[in-house]
Amino acid sequence: MSPAAAVRVSGSGIEARFRLAWSGFALDAALQLPGRGVSALFGHSGSGKTTLLRCLAGLERATDGYLAVRGEVWQDDVRGVYVPTHRRPLGYVFQEASLFPHLSVRRNLEFGLKRVAAAERRVSLDHAIALLGIEPLLERMPERLSGGERQRVAIARALATSPRLLLMDEPLAALDAQRKAEILPYLERLHGELDIPVVYVSHAPEEVARLADHVVLLRDGRVLASGAIDEVMPRLDLPFAHDEEAFVVVDAQVAGRDERFALTRLEFAGLPLWITGLDAPLGAQVRARVLARDVSLALAERHDSSILNVLPARVVSLDDASPGRTLVRLDVAGRALLARITTRSAVQMGIAPGMDLFAQVKGVALLR
Amino acid sequence: MTNAADFAAIRLTLELAAVTTAILLVVGTPVAWWLARTRSRMKGVIGAVVALPLVLPPSVIGFYLLVTMGPQGPVGQLTQALGLGVLPFTFAGLVVGSVFYSLPFVVQPLQQAFEAIGERPLEVAATLRAGALDTFFTVVLPLACPGFVTAAVLGFAHTVGEFGVVLMIGGNIPEKTRVVSVQIYDHVEALEYAQAHWLSAGMVAFSFLVLLLLYSRKRGGVR
Repeated sequence: MSPAAAVRVSGSGIEARFRLAWSGFALDAALQLPGRGVSALFGHSGSGKTTLLRCLAGLERATDGYLAVRGEVWQDDVRGVYVPTHRRPLGYVFQEASLFPHLSVRRNLEFGLKRVAAAERRVSLDHAIALLGIEPLLERMPERLSGGERQRVAIARALATSPRLLLMDEPLAALDAQRKAEILPYLERLHGELDIPVVYVSHAPEEVARLADHVVLLRDGRVLASGAIDEVMPRLDLPFAHDEEAFVVVDAQVAGRDERFALTRLEFAGLPLWITGLDAPLGAQVRARVLARDVSLALAERHDSSILNVLPARVVSLDDASPGRTLVRLDVAGRALLARITTRSAVQMGIAPGMDLFAQVKGVALLR
Repeated sequence: MTNAADFAAIRLTLELAAVTTAILLVVGTPVAWWLARTRSRMKGVIGAVVALPLVLPPSVIGFYLLVTMGPQGPVGQLTQALGLGVLPFTFAGLVVGSVFYSLPFVVQPLQQAFEAIGERPLEVAATLRAGALDTFFTVVLPLACPGFVTAAVLGFAHTVGEFGVVLMIGGNIPEKTRVVSVQIYDHVEALEYAQAHWLSAGMVAFSFLVLLLLYSRKRGGVR
């Protein structure tokens, strides 16, 4: 069955429903993902994120499953539709690079490419090679590559099949911090340059914050939450907000620069947000993060402190973070911020939902 | 020293070993693949059946083959119905016997090679659009290549060294079923020790060389 003969439905996103029961583990997940950008499947080990990814690829056969990708049905057990993995136009990057050891880098890249009909090719081999910066490696054998190089080749190999869906299973997990830093910019480039939806499994909030547009939080084989990253991460009912390093993601535009103090002004929810150490042109889209512990609250707008970014905010909700500490979710002109303050401060200031106050942001860290 | 009969025996032995090895590679590959990949409960049973020739006396294998392939046996009835006559005391009969006798020597190295490849390369191939057969020829075969060499060498060498089964189902027909091991036996029976020595030493040298090649190759590491 060629992809053209596949059953079609309406919809531009990814719709999936899988049920699977093994001894000691059960997956029961239903989710809808956008048909573009990076969706992160996030959760602890054993939460079912890799299993879910494998179900999307058809490497694991879920019972009672349904999967439609951008209008093409890949699995519908009610109607007896099941497209085997090798007939699904997908790319899959495994945790360890899994290059074929008997083939050179070039022949690894060509393995998938030459099995794709010419009419279906939209990513050229040269483009994939250039995107991942692997030109100098082409004639080498996989055993002579570093871990980071192998993973870049594996990603290029997946891209060279012109996938309509790119699945990545913790592609950075097996690498040290330096190698991770080496690959992340390439992943961001994919995101910027190719119109291929990516489903990315990760248990590292850092990676999710840097790459994801959409987050699916999994626990015990179930979907705990699914939504845009700036909606899901500030939710006080989810574990993200309760992490020691809890943060919110801020997508903003470069709006101005103060050359004298080497500060860049971002526009966030129509408000200025000053950041140091950013060298980007006006109008550039950047992503930063604000840690909950870097946000303090004041009842009045103060100009006698060293804190540069003071934003008017309204309290949305409160939650006890840990003994003595309180998490406050704020609304800043429609965008969410988290503040973690001492419970004593919260009580003394009389902080309650609906209250207007000022959020003092001590630090804004650039993510990309 | 040596005579035409000895050379005929050597030729017949090599022929038998070559045909047997070829058949075993073709038949043994799917069996080994199945054994390496299956989660079926039959795995233990089939694995044990494949290994039986390792422990059974060749005379037992020969005896049952003789019975089943003989004029009254089920296989014999079938071959007769097909107009092939009966297999015992023919070259074809020897091939059948050798296939059973050398089966584990081919299937087991292949099975180990397939198991060593693991699941991952197959999954990778599937995500790169390769179907099962495509994957077998472009990924499994190259990766299992050392296993195939081991299987072929062991299958060949073991068939060359066969004696009991041949004697049971092949007898001692010059140029048809008289292989080297039987020829040596004949020489000894006839007290022709010089000729027995010549052939026996040849067998020792051959077997040693084969094993030497195999083991030094393994120690050198397979790339």
